[in-house]
Amino acid sequence: MAKGRFGEFGGQYVPETLMTEVLRLEKAYEEAKNDPEFKAEFDRLMKEYVGRPSLLYYAENMTKDLGGAKIYLKREDLNHTGAHKINNAIGQCLLAKRMGKTRVIAETGAGQHGVATATAAALLGMECEVFMGREDCERQKLNVFRMQLLGATVTPVTTGTQVLKDAVNEAMRTWSSRCEDTHYVIGSTMGPHPFPMIVRDFQSIIGSEARQQILEKEGRLPDAVIACVGGGSNSMGMFYDFIGDEGVSLIGCEAAGKGIDTDQHAATMARGEVGIFHGMKSYFCQNEYGQIDEVYSISAGLDYPGIGPEHAYLRDSGRASYVPVTDDEAVAAFEYIARQEGIICAVESAHAIAHVMKIAGQMSRDQIIVVCLSGRGDKDVAAIARYRGVNLDE
Amino acid sequence: MSRKVEISRAFADGKAFIGFLTAGDPDIETTKTLILEMERAGADLIEIGIPFSDPVAEGVVIQEADIRALASGTTTDMIFDMVDEIRDQVKVPLVFMTYVNPIFHYGYERFCERCREVGIAGVIVPDLPFEEKNEFAGICREHDMNLISMIAPTSDERIKQIASEAEGFLYVVSSMGVTGVRSKIETDIGAMVEKVRAASDIPAAIGFGISTPEQAAEMSRLSDGAIVGSAIVRIIAREGRNAAPAVYEYVKSMKDAVRAL
Repeated sequence: MAKGRFGEFGGQYVPETLMTEVLRLEKAYEEAKNDPEFKAEFDRLMKEYVGRPSLLYYAENMTKDLGGAKIYLKREDLNHTGAHKINNAIGQCLLAKRMGKTRVIAETGAGQHGVATATAAALLGMECEVFMGREDCERQKLNVFRMQLLGATVTPVTTGTQVLKDAVNEAMRTWSSRCEDTHYVIGSTMGPHPFPMIVRDFQSIIGSEARQQILEKEGRLPDAVIACVGGGSNSMGMFYDFIGDEGVSLIGCEAAGKGIDTDQHAATMARGEVGIFHGMKSYFCQNEYGQIDEVYSISAGLDYPGIGPEHAYLRDSGRASYVPVTDDEAVAAFEYIARQEGIICAVESAHAIAHVMKIAGQMSRDQIIVVCLSGRGDKDVAAIARYRGVNLDE
Repeated sequence: MSRKVEISRAFADGKAFIGFLTAGDPDIETTKTLILEMERAGADLIEIGIPFSDPVAEGVVIQEADIRALASGTTTDMIFDMVDEIRDQVKVPLVFMTYVNPIFHYGYERFCERCREVGIAGVIVPDLPFEEKNEFAGICREHDMNLISMIAPTSDERIKQIASEAEGFLYVVSSMGVTGVRSKIETDIGAMVEKVRAASDIPAAIGFGISTPEQAAEMSRLSDGAIVGSAIVRIIAREGRNAAPAVYEYVKSMKDAVRAL
């Protein structure tokens, strides 16, 4: 494959102003990756600060209730800051520091990546600015304040549709005006090469742990590995070490909002077409003239019109499959896992749980599903209440 | 027979003034009028922006123009039809400026075909850098259209390779960041243009941040011309459908500043 490509997908479609910086990053990452000291520092922080390895938990109640495959949850929600995002944020901030940067910027949708970046920046003594769509700031007020507590500046994005994609636009614009001392910590396996690779590598700790843990617990590989997909970082991290295991099906769950036959969804794989945007060639929800669609999901973290290029490749090559999950199904799964297992998970992760609920019962009892519980759901409680017609005064 | 006017025409007679506007802002009829006015006021080349939903290289002025244009229902096909109507009345070269996705999704081949039919001389695609241009450049060439390259203050040693493959003219980005009016341009543009001259004899015009006649004169002194977008779009935003007189006056003042050199 060509440099930075996954089949035809990927690439480096950025303005010339950013090209030098993107190439510099590529080189710096290659050096860091091969430096045992860098790896040791990353591993140390994963263990001592994030609390890794995260648990692989046998969800016995769900398994019994659904009456089919054994269900294991990869508990990324137990990480420091409550989601998988911290793995990548710490990795990239370490890399940025190594490159001599003193400042990081990030986009955020639900706020999890913003919180993770603000946390890593606080830990490593860096300045941090987070771009967040104004609408998302409203939906996730708690996370806005959390980032501010961590010393970050949160800049509400009022351009365009005021959600995640606009936050990415604004972060890119800001980066192109100031890259000398600033690194852009992209939060998902997206953007121009080398970002999809860097984010995947830092997140692949999820799948490599899960693979080892399931082998220890069950002495065999799972039949299915399931994760939710927005840009695709927890799923790519979860899938990566299983790609070579042919018997393991890889299933990504994307946000179908109010249904893929409505105009209110974020189901890039089900409804998108190949395009070039945010630095990469991949699938995007767009109109007949290549204008990027406004997308919708109850989950701010999955409310993105594109998907990482490696996912596009995994889908087109037949290695992974992607299924749409609606708001209704995700909310039902959110409530289900809370009652069955006593776990309030992120509404993003609930999309993956919803698919588990659909398929576990149709599988046999000696089959195994490993699902990535990418984050915890404290941030979503008010939104779920609203969805059920209850107004909480936060 | 080709309907287009070659880009070289814009640089044949002294320093060039290049004006930009977003097609369909506030509507396509106004754009038609404004292109004719800009030419009458002395613009040597006109960049017609095909609006994009997410213009990541633009500052807020052109972002808002894109939003207005899309809200008025402007499509790529409508823009082709508009150019088709006015092409034979306009004696200066016309180029498109847009993002790669509207072109890719329209189909590179089909897009270039239409450009040739309506007499578009070139296209500027800010998010298609040197490393990625080959998937489109060959098709442009087959259709006798120039794919215009950009260099930025961060380009340094890349200038040589970019300039040596540049077609039409080289777009010299004056400042870091996005398009938009700036009170002061801090980059050592003289040094950038010198590197271009060493690698190629392609005309080089400077854009990003230019709004006053003084800036236009200064930038043209350093290069072969000045490119102005946001300052024109700001007038259109203010005056709306009646922007023609103000745009004419502004472009004339800018061209006069450049012509005096």
